[in-house]
Amino acid sequence: MWHSLSSMQKLLPGTNMSESKIYRYLDSQRKYPLDPEGYLVNQSEWSESVAKLMAEEEGLVLTAEHWEIIEVVRAFYQRYEMAPAMRPLVKATKNALGEEKGRSIYLMQLFPGSPAKRIARLAGLPKPTNCL
Amino acid sequence: MATPDALLVVIRHAPHSSNWLREGLDAALVAAAFGQPVHLLFMGQGIMALLKEQGSGAPGQKATLPIIDMLEMYDIDALWVSEEALQGLRIRQDLLVDGITPVPAQEIPMLFQQHAKILNF
Repeated sequence: MWHSLSSMQKLLPGTNMSESKIYRYLDSQRKYPLDPEGYLVNQSEWSESVAKLMAEEEGLVLTAEHWEIIEVVRAFYQRYEMAPAMRPLVKATKNALGEEKGRSIYLMQLFPGSPAKRIARLAGLPKPTNCL
Repeated sequence: MATPDALLVVIRHAPHSSNWLREGLDAALVAAAFGQPVHLLFMGQGIMALLKEQGSGAPGQKATLPIIDMLEMYDIDALWVSEEALQGLRIRQDLLVDGITPVPAQEIPMLFQQHAKILNF
């Protein structure tokens, strides 16, 4: 189903611009194409090892704390079909993991820079739509 | 309703036939992502976006119902729907998603008056 949908998108130019453009590859065997902003071109190729490769490139070591956030974001995408911007990300984290972790400071510490974008990338999702 | 600087986004178009609904919801989400309080008012054909069983459109086009469900994650919880539109299209409120407040026709001008910023889609 997912596969047929994405091949459909290739037939209909303009339906999803970020999906079609290959900019570079994540690995030396050129198995995982990335778009210009480093997001996976084919979301279905995501796996934990892909996430680890991406994190390694960024100099980030994924700990259990990172993984549980990645899971929160993947669950969010499953339910709402969009990667969350910062505000809903904080809320989703709070709902799933509690008050202590559901704070932007906590997420900034784990994923410095712009957490919403970085996590979406590592989770193999498209760029959050309402995120600058 | 006691948020004077809230943005009112008015949705007047049904899903699928045009991009109006998506654009309207996107505007609401962007504003909310920046911490702006947002209220949504569904009028006319726009109420179809709230149907619990609203499906997806053409291949390659994403469904809008997941966005409606997502609004609460962006702290958008004021969802108003025109009672007149419900009656006009013979849509019962129990066919719509939860958390909707029906607004009688005579109160709609008041809603517009209470908002300094209004976007129409």
